[in-house]
Amino acid sequence: MASDKTTRLDRRFAALKADGRAALVTFLTAGDPDYETSLAVLRRLPEAGADVIEFGMPFTDPMADGPAIQASSQRALKAGQNMIKTLQMVRDFRTGDDETPIVLMGYYNPIYIYGVNRFLADALEAGVDGLIVVDLPPEEDEELCLPALKAGINFIRLATPTTDDGRLPAVLNNTSGFVYYVSITGITGAAAPDAGAVAAQVARIKSSTELPVAVGFGVRTPEQAAAIARTADGVVVGSALVNVIRDGLNEDGSVDAGTADRVLALVSGLADGVRGAASAEAR
Amino acid sequence: MNSTTPNSFRTGPDEDGHFGIYGGRFVAETLMPLILDLDEAYTTAKNDPEFHRELDGLNTHYAGRPSPLYFAERLTEHFGGARIYFKRDELNHTGSHKINNCLGQILLARRMGKTRIIAETGAGQHGVAVATVAARFGLPCVVYMGETDIARQAPNVFRMKLLGAEVVPVTSGSRTLKDAMNEALRDWVTNVDETFYIIGTVAGPHPYPSMVRDFQSVIGTEVREQMMAAEGRLPDSLVACIGGGSNAMGLFHPFLDDAEIRIIGVEAGGHGVETGEHAASLTGGKPGVLHGNRTYLLQDDDGQITEAHSISAGLDYPGIGPEHAWLKDAGRVEYVAVTDTEALEAFQLCTKLEGIIPALEPSHALAHVAKIAPDLPSDHIMVMNMCGRGDKDVFAVAEHLGVEM
Repeated sequence: MASDKTTRLDRRFAALKADGRAALVTFLTAGDPDYETSLAVLRRLPEAGADVIEFGMPFTDPMADGPAIQASSQRALKAGQNMIKTLQMVRDFRTGDDETPIVLMGYYNPIYIYGVNRFLADALEAGVDGLIVVDLPPEEDEELCLPALKAGINFIRLATPTTDDGRLPAVLNNTSGFVYYVSITGITGAAAPDAGAVAAQVARIKSSTELPVAVGFGVRTPEQAAAIARTADGVVVGSALVNVIRDGLNEDGSVDAGTADRVLALVSGLADGVRGAASAEAR
Repeated sequence: MNSTTPNSFRTGPDEDGHFGIYGGRFVAETLMPLILDLDEAYTTAKNDPEFHRELDGLNTHYAGRPSPLYFAERLTEHFGGARIYFKRDELNHTGSHKINNCLGQILLARRMGKTRIIAETGAGQHGVAVATVAARFGLPCVVYMGETDIARQAPNVFRMKLLGAEVVPVTSGSRTLKDAMNEALRDWVTNVDETFYIIGTVAGPHPYPSMVRDFQSVIGTEVREQMMAAEGRLPDSLVACIGGGSNAMGLFHPFLDDAEIRIIGVEAGGHGVETGEHAASLTGGKPGVLHGNRTYLLQDDDGQITEAHSISAGLDYPGIGPEHAWLKDAGRVEYVAVTDTEALEAFQLCTKLEGIIPALEPSHALAHVAKIAPDLPSDHIMVMNMCGRGDKDVFAVAEHLGVEM
């Protein structure tokens, strides 16, 4: 659906295209391992090099996620995270940053129970730019996708290796902001994708849409990020960051003081990888 | 939900898999093309006489259908009211109704050229049935089972292994049926080309709820014929236990348009619905979206799924098939809950009076029969689905009764 309104996502991807480089998209679960640490990391993500922020809405039953993000959801829920707190964190972030796009990512049930209209109103007011809802395929667009677009929030769809040419138009229709290409058939944090195969798939999708294409699932290191960044408009990293949080938990459950710095250091390394890729290839 | 009564309760779902507001296809994009393929393959098979001929042959010669309709004379005397019949689906090959659905789905898997079978299981009855049909047709099989359930259903775990299945313990979440289903979905999303996922109940994304219902409807279809032969008329009431709801839907569906027949689904009330420790999604839950469909779910105010509790691993699931959710709202089927304790009492009573050791799942249905049968007239005919046998449960029951084996 073509929208006349430009969003933070549109502006950010346009600016990066002008710079000739891909976006680093970082995923962290809201409230993992606790509200304070999570908010502190969120606020510092842009200075560490995150161009777009995906913020996970924790859910008890994340069917498309691997062990790393499952565990991050569990930690956040155990620490008392809920939808109201997640939206409050976005609101707090916006007091210091009005440019970096934030995309909320998760599953439908917590939104459905919060109430679709109430959720869209509160998300918009808090400064949310886009939504990725894993269990809402185009067949269920009337649930949230269409109301979100009407409210002025981007709805970012996942395209996968099983999305063939016959189905791709249905997936791209009503998608806005960017297209998230899932580089493997599998769950988050699985085996690293083959950069060559990904390049071919990104080219296939880009031939059907003007939207930027970001690639995720299985990207862990600055080198992998750089390889993907040479062909895609964005690189998504999630499980690798979430695992740094896991590793920062002490045996008594407390959070090691250096955890936030270590997460941000990995973000910086990934950002260097993505930015370094730009000079290597004409885009 | 509906203020007017539909002309028929048997025409659902619509082409997108909706029963009223329930059902649907809430799955990740990776799975969506597979779900559409499955829908197409099932529609083709459903209209192919050869598919039915093959399935009927297996039902007769492999599963042992039709299962008997048995007059439970001593329980009828004991309760002193309604005439009680058992539909003996516990006598099927593998010991429960689960084989009805597994035979249908594995034939479909073969037609689709799939070479690997996966499944989730709670009590292990579905897992055993899947492992059985996979062995029969020579296909490798992986069964996901919560670690908690593995501990309380050891005999079934060993049976699955004997049948050649790989049983994968699931350690995430509450380590029961819902987590096993999450893990099976994660496997399917990873192994999309060769894998067929045999879901065990009338839940999941369309077309599973209606497909599993169709395969299980053999139960109610047989009851209609058998009751005409036994009593010369249809029954007055039907009672079945409900976890995901497949045995109940199989019994109920052929009778939904017989308005004079009272239909009752019995959920697992655990320690009591009022305690919060139960598995009664319809009695104690509210609508939400999980595992591919909208239905009644046990959940908190933030939409997080809460853990179910039941003495019966097969009923220990926080959701329910979407068609049941619709039938509840439409008022066509009554849904009630009985507690662990009541089910245990019914388990013992049936064993002593009828010489039939029921599974803990249908013991819930029987516990409700025990509540209502005494007050019904002696010409009231009631059919209860004895959907599984209790051999698998004797160790767990012994523990609950404080008996050392």
